[in-house]
Amino acid sequence: MEPILEVTGISKEYILGRHQKQAETFRELLQRKVAGTFRRNRSLTPDIHREHFWALRNVSFSVKEGEVVGIIGRNGAGKSTLLKIISRITDPTEGSITLRGRMASLLEVGTGFHPELTGRENIYMNGAILGMRKAEIDTEFDAIVDFAEIEQFLDTPVKHYSSGMYVRLAFAVAAHLHPEILIVDEVLAVGDVTFQKKCLGKMSDVSKSGRTVLFVSHNMAAVENLCQRGVVLERGRVVFDGTAKDGVHHYLSGISTATGTSGQSIDLSGAKDRRSQQAPLLRRLEFATSGDRPVSEGLAIGSPLKVRVHFDLQRPTASFNVGLGFDNIFGQRMFTAHSFFEPNRSHGDVVGPQVFVCDIPSLTLMPGDYLLRLWLDVNNSEADLINDAARITIVESDYYGTGKAPWNGAFVLRHSWYLDPVPQQGAVKQETTSVENKAASVSMTETR
Amino acid sequence: MSTFSLTIRPKRGWQPLDLREAYLYRELLGFLMWRDVKIRYRQTLLGGLWAILQPLIAMAIFTFVFNRMAGVRSDGPPYPLFAFAGLAPWTFFATAVSQSSNSLIANQQLVSKVYFPRIFIPLGAAGALLLDLMLSLLLLLVLMLYYHWELTWTALWLPVFILAAILAASGLGLILSALNVTFRDVKYAVPFLIQMGLFVTPVIYPASRLPGKWLHLLALNPMLGVVMGFRYALLGSPIAWDVAGISLGMSLLLFVVGLFTFRRLEARFADFI
Repeated sequence: MEPILEVTGISKEYILGRHQKQAETFRELLQRKVAGTFRRNRSLTPDIHREHFWALRNVSFSVKEGEVVGIIGRNGAGKSTLLKIISRITDPTEGSITLRGRMASLLEVGTGFHPELTGRENIYMNGAILGMRKAEIDTEFDAIVDFAEIEQFLDTPVKHYSSGMYVRLAFAVAAHLHPEILIVDEVLAVGDVTFQKKCLGKMSDVSKSGRTVLFVSHNMAAVENLCQRGVVLERGRVVFDGTAKDGVHHYLSGISTATGTSGQSIDLSGAKDRRSQQAPLLRRLEFATSGDRPVSEGLAIGSPLKVRVHFDLQRPTASFNVGLGFDNIFGQRMFTAHSFFEPNRSHGDVVGPQVFVCDIPSLTLMPGDYLLRLWLDVNNSEADLINDAARITIVESDYYGTGKAPWNGAFVLRHSWYLDPVPQQGAVKQETTSVENKAASVSMTETR
Repeated sequence: MSTFSLTIRPKRGWQPLDLREAYLYRELLGFLMWRDVKIRYRQTLLGGLWAILQPLIAMAIFTFVFNRMAGVRSDGPPYPLFAFAGLAPWTFFATAVSQSSNSLIANQQLVSKVYFPRIFIPLGAAGALLLDLMLSLLLLLVLMLYYHWELTWTALWLPVFILAAILAASGLGLILSALNVTFRDVKYAVPFLIQMGLFVTPVIYPASRLPGKWLHLLALNPMLGVVMGFRYALLGSPIAWDVAGISLGMSLLLFVVGLFTFRRLEARFADFI
């Protein structure tokens, strides 16, 4: 049987520089044309520097009908570009794609929702944009409303909806499409846990009904559970194509690190969000971790992190402290490392340039971006403070050594599970969950 | 597996129109127009009345300034009727062009996140204004009753001129909306062009006042034929068919050029918007 989706040698080139994000004005076009014509005068016109970047390079794979394929890769690996090309939002630079079935994509739920329109009106509008006929929407209407749980707000403009209601409605419309190929990108990143669970259930219904699904998510557990096959992208190329389990493993092992050291150094002299009492004393931050990937590309969960803080002391003193705060992107403090808590400090008065080293043997925060706040106290009062001194990215890893990625919570902790050999009398039922079983049964009910 | 099959390839140069696909998504055009109609007067006190008030107030001011003060005469009917018959299609054209030229930018969420025939975005934005045009035509009929001006059989020509107005407005809208994605200059140029257009087109003065030797050149303005035609059809004003013919032809040409220009530039929308 012919594959339902055939991707052959797809490449996509973007031109970086200001033209990508900002539209060119007519004057700039003229300047560019004029500069090209009169090469002699080139130095007189601003140099329009453009950099070429291949988001995808010669990507090929094919998908059989009814297959559920997970597209796995780090941010910037080309996943989104690939899905955009398959869903015809943008054209490839080279190559071709053959689709042998009606395709619908959920690249971002809620596209086409208009805040001024009511829930009812938006269901029709959104359905039509996603390629549904009015008659089809009529038939599915009750099911959509039911799934979204918004019955009583059906005639309220969606601008008055809570974000949860908004997302539920958007996913509900999309979930009731009946295409032969469904493309899903990151829909599970939103909504509350109960709704996520409902979405995952719907996804697995869809895949069981024999429809072809392309699924992109950072939730490796979901990928492993829902997909049969995994395609791993790295820097715009396919580096692995096999079972979902092996794909996830390949992806995770690419992230967990070998030996070696790679550091990053941040000059703080230009720090913007800074509060200095007298002079800016904090000079420089240096990061080091074990592994061959630079810190700037992200630390795997549980990686060691060594932070070297360079600063100046103006007067001889032994009474100084340095603090490092790790805030998540919502501004919540996840962890504070403070020299105040160091029990083994035995140094006398020092003055001039100093390097204070903070050694974290294993940073067990969950994947995400963290902002670092850095401050220096001298004689028990704040001398210098920098907000957003650096950003640290934590990426997924096989922290527990089971081949499964942890997927929920704020951090991981070493722990174990075992069966009590002498069960208490009268216990009717025993819980025998192990970390492994939990991950395998993935359904979000397990989230506690 | 269905018999459906589609191949995606790099697109360069001129593209043919995809009528099959436009047919598949035909309901979407209706939905987009319906949405724009719904949204336009949401959260306004006067609602749909705005559609009638705008040309009505313009008519009153034009009558006062140009007729009473500057002494401009109509070519037969009472000046307010004459002005309104020109203002109705002109207001439609001006609003449709400015709305549709801005439509892709206003809907960039859609353009960069989901696929459907993009051509429907500017077409829908222009089409949504047809309702306003119909309302102002109804008002014109009321005004004609008030001035005891009779409707004649020439009114049967009206659909032709309405169609010409739609073609001209959406043709220009297609070109400008596509250009607006790359050149935001369009945003500044459009209001200016529309303002100038009002003076080049015989809206406040009769077409007979246009200089004779320039007439065939001025006929390249598609709205000249439309305004002439509206007055001919509704008020029985004289019409120069050769001039109107050129002008109507221009509407059609503008629309065809608009369609193909849009198709050509369409491939870059998602990357540039």
